[in-house]
Amino acid sequence: MTPALESYAEHAAAMRVFADEHIVPFAHRIDQEQQIPREVVERMREAGLFASGFPERLGGTPGSKADPVSATVRHGMIHEALGRASPSVQGLLNVHHMGGSAILRWGTQAQKGEWGQRLSSGEVIAAFAITEPEVGSDASAIQTTAVPVGDGWEVSGTKTWITCGQSADIFVMLTQSERGPLAVILPRDTPGLRIEPILGILGCRGYMLATLYMERCAVPPERVLGQPGFGLSHVVAEGLDNGRHNLAWGCVGLGQACLDASLHHAAQREQFGGPIGEFGQIQRLLARMMTDVHAARLVCWSAAVARGRRDPSAVQESFMAKYLASTMTNRVAADAVQVHGASGVGPGSPVETAFRDARIMELIEGTTQIVERAIARFGLQGR
Amino acid sequence: MNDCIRTSIRGFMSRSFEGREVADHDNIFALGFGNSLFAIQLVAYIEREFDIEIESEDLEMENFQSIDAVTALVGRKREA
Ligand SMILES: Cc1cc2nc3c(=O)[nH]c(=O)nc-3n(C[C@H](O)[C@H](O)[C@H](O)COP(=O)(O)OP(=O)(O)OC[C@H]3O[C@@H](n4cnc5c(N)ncnc54)[C@H](O)[C@@H]3O)c2cc1C
Repeated sequence: MTPALESYAEHAAAMRVFADEHIVPFAHRIDQEQQIPREVVERMREAGLFASGFPERLGGTPGSKADPVSATVRHGMIHEALGRASPSVQGLLNVHHMGGSAILRWGTQAQKGEWGQRLSSGEVIAAFAITEPEVGSDASAIQTTAVPVGDGWEVSGTKTWITCGQSADIFVMLTQSERGPLAVILPRDTPGLRIEPILGILGCRGYMLATLYMERCAVPPERVLGQPGFGLSHVVAEGLDNGRHNLAWGCVGLGQACLDASLHHAAQREQFGGPIGEFGQIQRLLARMMTDVHAARLVCWSAAVARGRRDPSAVQESFMAKYLASTMTNRVAADAVQVHGASGVGPGSPVETAFRDARIMELIEGTTQIVERAIARFGLQGR
Repeated sequence: MNDCIRTSIRGFMSRSFEGREVADHDNIFALGFGNSLFAIQLVAYIEREFDIEIESEDLEMENFQSIDAVTALVGRKREA
């Protein structure tokens, strides 16, 4: 029997308390300073958040092997709580899990041994590097090359828009080799790797984005992930699949934050002699937001259950969850600004930040158009 | 035993390939079906269906390029 979503209420509440205490107080500063303070990352480490989603035998959250369905739902709820508190912080945990899961799923036993505990504890933070100046949605066309040298490889090229590029310790990077797509682990201190911050973006300003320039970076055999030719279809695909699921839950959290703020404002703000929440048109906005957030959460929960069961449909469900939740959060954030009036666009307004952050959600982990295409293709399978 | 495995994999592939007929020895990459969405679904399917774990060392084109190849891979993993 699959436990109902309600049975996770205690875990959801605990995550919310954690986020309210340790992340919400920093959210405005993260947006303004475009950085996640060290103490936030430290609290996340202490709370064991970096372990979530990784195999238990490699340092992942205790109990996840015995009950993978519940563990996956709880994992989603961590991302929801972070998305509600600060989508930038959710982004950090997300790319860590994307890069880490690619290593711990497709790494050799030696690689799993080398990285498992360090990734799970958050001692080492991972990021995920596919996008290039000339290549976004069509990952198969990347131009960063891996050339065989001795028993290893040499990587040259440019990756851009890399979340946590400014701060991550290692990058799981997709390259092109003579034997097809090749995924590698590139530590931050690799000679020939130069990192340039990207500042001043619209939303998720604490993503700590960077452009990575690789000039003949040496990659020894023990830093190659999987076999040549499988870098995109398996190694990177594993990370992207996790990323879509994580982001979907993060979007639910962001939508919930907008909804909470809107309900509060609608009850407090008075015009024409009464609270604006008593006006039918405002109620319509609130009703739509409440229903939208609830629906997206249920789709995320369904995807998490499928993932926990290792059902092949989980890939499709995660696409649908990402699609629904990212488009939902844009509608909800826009409605939240409307409910707030001028106070929803003023400096320092959480709703103003949420509106900007929400915009990013339809671009990353597959743009809305790419996600629509994938979902439709799943639907057409077997027809 | 391999016949059961083969039937099951054949069924999964034909569902995935929009109903197109694929012979057991056809190279699915050459036919253009080896995209990443299909690849991770296939791994999830065979791991769950046959209670095996596909590992890094198994990622060889020869193991995934046809229904025959996947059947043989699953057979080997189950014996191991
Ligand atoms: C804040 C942020 C963080 C990011 N973090 C990372 C990261 O950590 N790692 C990483 O590798 N990348 C990252 N990216 C890059 C992100 O993955 C890409 O932006 C995304 O894949 C889209 O690529 P693009 O921006 O080049 O757009 P393009 O691919 O150039 O697309 C432009 C437009 O065309 C549409 N389009 C493209 N192809 C099709 C098609 N076949 N059918 C219909 N429409 C199509 C797109 O939907 C979009 O609307 C990040 C981006 C942002 C903004």
